[in-house]
Amino acid sequence: MSEKEEPRIGVFICHCGTNIAGVVDVKQVVDFTSKQPNVVFATDYTYMCSDPGQALIKDSIKEHKLNRVVVAACSPRMHEPTFRKTCQEAGLNPYLFEMANIREQCCWVHMGEPEKATEKAKALVKAALAKASLLEPLTPMEFNVERSALIIGGGIAGIQAALDLANAGFHVYLVEKEPSIGGHMAQLDKTFPTLDCSACILTPKMVDVGRHPNITLLTYCEAQEVEGFIGNFKVKILRKARYVDEKACTGCGVCAQKCPVKVPSEFDLGLGMRKAIYIPFPQSVPITHTIDKENCLYFTRGVCKVCEKFCPAKAIRFDQQDETIELKVGIIINATGYDLFNAKKLPQYGYGKYKNVITGLEFERLVNASGPTGGKIVRPSDGKTPKSVAFIQCIGSRDEHHGVPYCSRICCMASLKHAHQVKEKIPGAEVCVFYIDLRCFGKGYEEFLVRVQDEGIRLVRGKVSEIYENPETGNLRLRLEDTLLGEVMETEFELVVLAVALVPRAEAPALQTLLKVSRGADGFFLEAHPKLRPVETHIPGIFICGCAQGPKDIPDTVAQASAAAAQAAIPLSQGKVTAEPLTAYVLEDYCSGCGVCEAICPYKAIELKEVEEGKRRAEVNEALCQGCGLCGAACPSKAIVLRGFTEPQLMSQIEALSSV
Amino acid sequence: MGKPKIACYWAASCGGCDVSVLDIGSKLADIVEQVEIVFWPIALDFKYKDVEAMPDQSIDICLFNGGIRNEENEHMAKLLRRKSKILIAYGACAYLGGILGLANLATLKELFSRVYRETPSTVNPENTVPQPTVKVKEGELKLSPLLEYLKPLNEVVEVDYYIPGCPPIGEKAWEALIALIKGEKPPKGTVLTADERTVCDSCPRVKEEKKIKELKRIYQVIPDPEKCFLEQGIICMGPATRGGCDAQCIKAGLPCKGCFGPAPNVEDQGARMLSALASIVEVNSEEEAKRFAESVADPAGTFYLFSLPSSMLKRRVK
Ligand SMILES: Cc1cc2nc3c(=O)[nH]c(=O)nc-3n(C[C@H](O)[C@H](O)[C@H](O)COP(=O)(O)OP(=O)(O)OC[C@H]3O[C@@H](n4cnc5c(N)ncnc54)[C@H](O)[C@@H]3O)c2cc1C
Repeated sequence: MSEKEEPRIGVFICHCGTNIAGVVDVKQVVDFTSKQPNVVFATDYTYMCSDPGQALIKDSIKEHKLNRVVVAACSPRMHEPTFRKTCQEAGLNPYLFEMANIREQCCWVHMGEPEKATEKAKALVKAALAKASLLEPLTPMEFNVERSALIIGGGIAGIQAALDLANAGFHVYLVEKEPSIGGHMAQLDKTFPTLDCSACILTPKMVDVGRHPNITLLTYCEAQEVEGFIGNFKVKILRKARYVDEKACTGCGVCAQKCPVKVPSEFDLGLGMRKAIYIPFPQSVPITHTIDKENCLYFTRGVCKVCEKFCPAKAIRFDQQDETIELKVGIIINATGYDLFNAKKLPQYGYGKYKNVITGLEFERLVNASGPTGGKIVRPSDGKTPKSVAFIQCIGSRDEHHGVPYCSRICCMASLKHAHQVKEKIPGAEVCVFYIDLRCFGKGYEEFLVRVQDEGIRLVRGKVSEIYENPETGNLRLRLEDTLLGEVMETEFELVVLAVALVPRAEAPALQTLLKVSRGADGFFLEAHPKLRPVETHIPGIFICGCAQGPKDIPDTVAQASAAAAQAAIPLSQGKVTAEPLTAYVLEDYCSGCGVCEAICPYKAIELKEVEEGKRRAEVNEALCQGCGLCGAACPSKAIVLRGFTEPQLMSQIEALSSV
Repeated sequence: MGKPKIACYWAASCGGCDVSVLDIGSKLADIVEQVEIVFWPIALDFKYKDVEAMPDQSIDICLFNGGIRNEENEHMAKLLRRKSKILIAYGACAYLGGILGLANLATLKELFSRVYRETPSTVNPENTVPQPTVKVKEGELKLSPLLEYLKPLNEVVEVDYYIPGCPPIGEKAWEALIALIKGEKPPKGTVLTADERTVCDSCPRVKEEKKIKELKRIYQVIPDPEKCFLEQGIICMGPATRGGCDAQCIKAGLPCKGCFGPAPNVEDQGARMLSALASIVEVNSEEEAKRFAESVADPAGTFYLFSLPSSMLKRRVK
């Protein structure tokens, strides 16, 4: 369309069933609209978004030679994309389309005042018309996509997503900060509700990752810098020195046997010991050992080197250095999982003070055959088998004041699983679960609850208010109100297990800055839409899955990981992406290089370039720009224009609104 | 053809603009050679009636400084418009309203009460307030009545060009005049002696990251002379102020106050600066934001020091 061409606007007013037509007098609005300047056609229809509705628009574009289309209906967030496509199909540039929101912003808020709502609908249409006349055709941009993926976090979420993408034929870089992949699932003993052994179902996947030709496994590594945009991310990875040659090490374990230094094992949560050269757990992938520099005698005192002496593969490299690896990837998946709530923040439960108060994850290590006790449930204080065990729910969860407001979703089931394991391993033990509500919502979960109840586990509804220890026996007295009986009671147990909340990773803020993604009020990474875009983030090309997005069990984690892989595979397999042309650009003649825009851009899409000595000009990277408009609003000299929301366009809307 | 005829007039102004015309020193003598000054109340003894007697359009260029605050100012603006081929709003007051325009935040009644009764330095037990007419022995004295609010020149007459600054830069102003005399006429409405870009463009200070946590006033700190004022938390109007002054104040160690007015295309300098400032403040809660906002001493006098009457705010109505 040439610039000089007179606007020929078609206006389509939607009833949205009775949503709009039940409040606004649609006929009146049509009447009003048809008398407005540049309007060559105006009509209404019950559901403009339906096939016949869209056909009406397409036919009218052709019949009346429309060069602008205005639809007055719902929020543009709902159907702007729909109608843009409709216009495009009729040969009209999709950006010559404007929407007036007369549903959410009119009918739904003024249901009781139909007359005023009708007037407001007219005003909103008039404003859309004013802007429509000033619209300009825009063309989306297209970029090539690097056909490889970066996945951050090697828990079950990262593992699943990596395998799916690798199997689909894309190269995957899987980055894990620990010496082995596996995440929390590797620490679990059995998994609810089926009671499969966690390692038995996890380790085959870990092994697959380790030897998949399409996966480059980067353990003991961290992403340090991320630049670029969908299809073209440049990433710098820090590979921490493990002082062992990954290729040479066979994982025979002689070094660890001979190493004289013992330190508490992180994997066993300090309940067991490991050596200064170690693998976190027997099924670690990779099996490469790692020297813990902080505790190794050679690094701390310059003596020893026993591992080097005995290593049959000659794999020890004391001179190894940290390295930076640079990657180019098309998409990124954040699968960094969760941390556990620090139960010491709730001193009334005595965690950290009384030895026999432990967390659920510590219980997992105690009950695990390859754990520090060989799978025997014993009391940390005296190594004795407890004859009574209490499980306390919602430690930190659903506790707005001292913990987190949300439900951690897995704890009810995890504690029921633990209760069952106590019953199984300690016949005759008294087992009691103290809960607020039991939430057993998943497939097979309710059935599991019935099953453990039948095993003689006591379920008491009530929140324990305080725990104190009998210093002589190490037993714990629990004070609580049984809210079903309405009774305050005090009971004694030999071991107490706290079901602590799942919380965002401590490093989440740093990762947020690195990836420029958002987090929700709960601190977990935020999806682009809670229902319809659950694994995308608001940054194109960056996806999330697993507990990084919020607490969830393994089935949900795996499902979400596969979903993220499937979403990520779309740009990867297409090999190119198109980006919305509604981006900002700089009017260089007016830019003085003050830098306000650069500071405020949430996508780091603006850079100040030095054009001559001491003179800077802002430049928008249109691939990174998401069209949020902050820069345009902030620019003190109006040197930034946002396409589709230019000053004349917006001012014309405001003027139209205020002239009704 | 004789020498081009020049007039200078001051309306509601401090006199600084007139001084800036004289500011070019010895060059003034050369210039006076080239032009004929037909009216200049501050320097030469002409009367209003002399102007009234001139034929319309007989003045080639009139430099009009000061805002329109009273009926006399308005009358003279209209008179000089009629008599002049080119009318230039000279200086921040004629161009934008200027510092005196801050009085638009008060009603006339409040203004009088403040000036003649309330200021700490006023002793006025008889409540004497100037009147439009006063009878004295010799007859009746007349004072031009104040208008409801101060207006920039272009609100009462058509203006051909603007020369910004408080005061303008004399040398540049004369250069612009000479160009006009030579017939080099830019489009009507052009702001002469000004850049397209803002003061930041000619500011020599190093700019790094525009993020500030708190505001400081210049007397509270010793500012780093090399670093951007704003990045040090000192409000500098430079980003929102049209350049052309060569960042004089900044080079002398003072932040820009904004006297060259808004950037081209910008109708409200203060609002622009406010949104820029709000954009670079790092606060984490509504309370912190409030505390920050409250830490701006004299917001109107900071963001609208020169431009209130020509801004979207313009004046207080009630
Ligand atoms: C006590 C307990 C018992 C449970 N029992 C069950 C059960 O029986 N059944 C069940 O379905 N679910 C159970 N769960 C839930 C289960 O643990 C989670 O669903 C699952 O582990 C989530 O996997 P993930 O990959 O999202 O996160 P994680 O397991 O936390 O994995 C994240 C991985 O990312 C790595 N990482 C983190 N940050 C970075 C970074 N910046 N760079 C590189 N790598 C990084 C971590 O080291 C880790 O390896 C239980 C949870 C607890 C606490």
